[in-house]
Amino acid sequence: MTSVAIIDSGGANIASLLFAFERLQHKAVVTSDKVEIQTADRVVLPGVGAARDAMARLQRAGLTDTIRGLTQPVLGICLGMQLLCERSEEEDTECLGIVPGVATKLQATSEAPVPNMGWCRTRIRRDHALLDGLDDESYFYYLHSYALPVSENTVATASHSGQDGEEFSSIIAHKNFLAAQFHPERSSIAGATILANFLRGKP
Amino acid sequence: MRDGVVVKGVQFRAHKVVGDILELAERYCAEGADELVFYDITASPDQRSVDRAWVSKVAAMLDIPFCVAGGIKSLEDAEDVLNKGADKISINTPALARPELINELARRFGSQCVVVGIDSHEEAGAYRVYQYTGDVKRTTATTRTTASWIDEVQDRGAGEIVLNCMNQDGVRNGYDVAQLRAMRQRCTVPLIASGGAGDRQHFVDVFELTGVDGALAASVFHSAEIIISDLKRYLEDRQVSVRL
Repeated sequence: MTSVAIIDSGGANIASLLFAFERLQHKAVVTSDKVEIQTADRVVLPGVGAARDAMARLQRAGLTDTIRGLTQPVLGICLGMQLLCERSEEEDTECLGIVPGVATKLQATSEAPVPNMGWCRTRIRRDHALLDGLDDESYFYYLHSYALPVSENTVATASHSGQDGEEFSSIIAHKNFLAAQFHPERSSIAGATILANFLRGKP
Repeated sequence: MRDGVVVKGVQFRAHKVVGDILELAERYCAEGADELVFYDITASPDQRSVDRAWVSKVAAMLDIPFCVAGGIKSLEDAEDVLNKGADKISINTPALARPELINELARRFGSQCVVVGIDSHEEAGAYRVYQYTGDVKRTTATTRTTASWIDEVQDRGAGEIVLNCMNQDGVRNGYDVAQLRAMRQRCTVPLIASGGAGDRQHFVDVFELTGVDGALAASVFHSAEIIISDLKRYLEDRQVSVRL
């Protein structure tokens, strides 16, 4: 069976992720052990909370270089996606610098409150194995105030103010590093499809 | 919820047992609910915390987001609930007692986890915040106006507000459109309407007329008078954008 290590980033959505893998009949482990992370077939970097806190926790656990050096498929989720990039505007935090780009604050408007909390249609921008079996404009569940702008690494986009608002990166892929701004573990069948696709293929 | 089972009252009184938590949660999830909120209404009046063993069970089953409300008075309470798999925590009476709690929760967990519930009662055209609404004997008006409290909780870092319009609660005459429209204009964070849903058209009205970001209901779903999947098709037919 493909082994899955969920990096213990101290955040709060780790239980939800474990349960999501269980629903796929897959056992994942939550760990901050370098060797366990390095030898897993798949690694998930979750995160809920503030970027600066989360980076500080990864640094204290001595995991920043470990994560940068991973060669197996890695999936960043929500704040985990932002941690993979160079920097976040949130408290001007230096992040892991694995994926080019800076996480910027979403702009609140009368139609689009911030945080963006809810189900957003997600547009596929290019083919990727992570999206196998998903329809374009599938709904995923988002819960965030910062996001990565659209870039060459963008696989799918969403907008927090309906179909015509400013778009941000919903899914990115950069080498072996994949990331989703939404919560696949809370995105019903569409989210489970993403996680199943992440597990598929050679271990 | 009270003592581990789901109950529903009318204007916060006369609560009736309506079912097992997990059974109801599973049903609503299958019907296409976008989010579930679990209110432990006994928590604040009894000066105790929620019994949280059920949170993990709900989290293991649900693949949609859910929020836990009731008795969260500290960072430790919130951390426990979030670690068990809840996506958000909602505070009401404890925030009124100590507003700094909102700041502390937002700083520690991020605003996106922090929902503030507000029980608002209209008297002679003025909207006022009530507290301890889980227990009719202790329910009291505060000195705060609903408008000023909505402004303050946003300043303190609330990421979402659930506005429960008490005059409407459980009586199924429709959401309080006038109040919700007025309060939505004060919000830069999502505002969720609560109280008064009686038929499908009430949902269309609240989305079309107030601009709220979500609509919460309990009685009509618990009684199966409205089935969520039917409601969402009804909304889509009337050009309200929903996840089907």
